[in-house]
Amino acid sequence: MEYVAAGALGFLGGMLGGLVGVGGGVLFVPALVIFLDQAQVKAEATSLLAIVFVAALGAYRQYGYGNVRVRDGLVMGAMGVIGVAGGVAIANTVSGRTLELMFAALCLVIAAQLVRRVLKASRPAATDRAPGPP
Amino acid sequence: MTRDRLLKLLLIGTLGGFFSGLFGVGGGTVIVPLLIFWLTFGEREATGTSLAAIVLIAAYGAIDQAIYGNVNPGYAALVGVPALAGVVTGAAVQQRIPERAVSLLFAVLLVATAAELIF
Repeated sequence: MEYVAAGALGFLGGMLGGLVGVGGGVLFVPALVIFLDQAQVKAEATSLLAIVFVAALGAYRQYGYGNVRVRDGLVMGAMGVIGVAGGVAIANTVSGRTLELMFAALCLVIAAQLVRRVLKASRPAATDRAPGPP
Repeated sequence: MTRDRLLKLLLIGTLGGFFSGLFGVGGGTVIVPLLIFWLTFGEREATGTSLAAIVLIAAYGAIDQAIYGNVNPGYAALVGVPALAGVVTGAAVQQRIPERAVSLLFAVLLVATAAELIF
């Protein structure tokens, strides 16, 4: 049953992520923590592996629509290696509970961002649907 | 590519990578707005280009975490394979469902998730 629930959350992550442009990974981590009893840091690690494939599919599709500036993407990706190492090191250093609370805060921030975007879009906008600040 | 542009891309890649490594997410939350504000990308281009960067960034992160012994490939498939199906389904129904409703549903899911993690 837990496997079904985790898979369902993964499905929703992929679907909603593609639809609203927020990565589905933010649902992979809680799927692994809540339904498969993974420690927060292990869930994050496993989520990253899943994201490689999901992002590859997403990038391939977006490339088909002409939305990918390949060189810019590769430069950013290639340069990300140091930042990633730092983030992973911290995730492995702080306590599981701290990491869990930080992740919960991230979920709330993204939720607020989505709600703000909806409110903004429902207003008769003078400008052409400018995206919200980070 | 000008030096200024290269430096901005480098900084965005580093920030996005840090965020991705710390939270186990893609990093698009950081990368997309920065591409829009610093490099005047359109929203769609920012999303598409961010995804390309995330393939590499998430791969580094997964390798790093594997060195720590934290990656569970079976579980990655358990959420990742349905997610791939979700991406395809989402694209197929995109025209038929209102984006606002989807955004709100996603927001509710995230709040519920945060509550579950906190308590």
